[in-house]
Amino acid sequence: MIEIKNITKNFGKLKALNGLNLELNKGECIALIGPNGCGKTTLIKSILGMVLPSSGEILFNGKSIKNDNDYRSQIGYMPQIGRYPENMTIGQVLDMIKGIRKSSEFLDHDLYEQFQIAKMLDKKMRTLSGGTTQKVSATLAFLFKPQVLILDEPTAGLDPIAAEILKAKIIEAKERGCLILITSHLLSELEDIVSQIIFMQEGNLILHKNAEELKATTGQQTIARSIVHLLKTETL
Amino acid sequence: MMRILKYVALDILKNKIIIAYAIMLALFSWSAFGLEDNAAKGLLTVLNIILLTVPLMSVLFATIYVYNSSEFIELLLSHPIKRSKIWKALFTGLSLSMVAAYVFGAGIPLFIFAQWNIALMTITVGSLLSVIFVAIAFLSSIITRDKAKGIGTSIMLWLYFALLFDGLVLFLFFQFSDYPIEKAVVFLSALSPIDLSRILILLKLDVSAMLGYTGAVFKNSFGSDWGLVLSFTLLAFWALVPFYLSLRKFKSKDL
Repeated sequence: MIEIKNITKNFGKLKALNGLNLELNKGECIALIGPNGCGKTTLIKSILGMVLPSSGEILFNGKSIKNDNDYRSQIGYMPQIGRYPENMTIGQVLDMIKGIRKSSEFLDHDLYEQFQIAKMLDKKMRTLSGGTTQKVSATLAFLFKPQVLILDEPTAGLDPIAAEILKAKIIEAKERGCLILITSHLLSELEDIVSQIIFMQEGNLILHKNAEELKATTGQQTIARSIVHLLKTETL
Repeated sequence: MMRILKYVALDILKNKIIIAYAIMLALFSWSAFGLEDNAAKGLLTVLNIILLTVPLMSVLFATIYVYNSSEFIELLLSHPIKRSKIWKALFTGLSLSMVAAYVFGAGIPLFIFAQWNIALMTITVGSLLSVIFVAIAFLSSIITRDKAKGIGTSIMLWLYFALLFDGLVLFLFFQFSDYPIEKAVVFLSALSPIDLSRILILLKLDVSAMLGYTGAVFKNSFGSDWGLVLSFTLLAFWALVPFYLSLRKFKSKDL
């Protein structure tokens, strides 16, 4: 569904992405992991067209995303730290995005109801706590039933109940056949969702493997341990 | 684009600074016309106030607003919408609000006290100046990510156009007064939108003493009608070129 062909991104002297090649398919739930500053967010932003790669190309359903923006109607994105116009209320943000998406199909209001957004529609974005902002981001990401979900640290800042609700929603989307791309530092949280692992370091792709396979080859019980095991025993 | 424009315009018009700006312009204009015994003198006072404050206010407010909209831009970019549309909507929203504030503040007293054709000219030129300095603000805020640097650049540009430029032209004139440099000076005056605006209004007013050096040469070289057409075209370029450059840069910017 998404093909990443040899993309490189330089920020001045810093190489944030270094000749990355990836193929992400429908129905996969991929954990994108790696140390801080390894290029995860840059990769996600490149897929979204927010960062323009220095070289290489990204194909979405076989079409290059360069100079295209319609493909984004099939993506739901939940940023790590949602940044919203401070003076707008939650209701206005939702209205505006709905208007832009022009989605005539009926929308997915599950998270809207479960997070009880309706009670807070008149609150200004700047008065919201980090967790509530994340709830709004999550609601927006799932609202339009996208084919692809890109979640950057989705559960960071959410209370345990909200995190469980979101997790259930992610599993539901996975069963529906969506492509889900998650970054998280808390691997234990992703344990039961994830089917593929992508490990990055300093802009390079170190590993792209099936989760079960990874556990089998390293002889470990969990994904977190397998990664640690790999890091300790060999240079990946 | 209309939908984004709606939210941008709503947001700006709620901003108290814009309202204060309109009120300030109104106070200045009413008192200038009220205190002078003849309307022509009043108009000159108003003109000088407008040529200083309108560019300053437009360039500063727009620069800060663009920096503060970074969240808004980021939010929209993850949705299926063209980059150029976001930028154009911001520009249109800001320009319209600045023009609206100017017309409400200075336009009403102008129409009441001045001759209608001069009032109309002053309003048109002031509105153009607002748009031009919003465009300049867009350019200086896209050049650097650093808010302090961006605002600094805007203030420097305003200082240059509003105060330094005419002095510079005069200085050049004295230095090269032995040579026939009238044509060159006319060309130079096209390099500052504020000078152009002053010339435009004064050509209509017929107060040659106030024309300034560039204005006097302008009038001699082109006469009133040609001067009018030429300076309007140049002013339009002053609004379009900076905005076009900023748009091109915005399209390839990493967010």
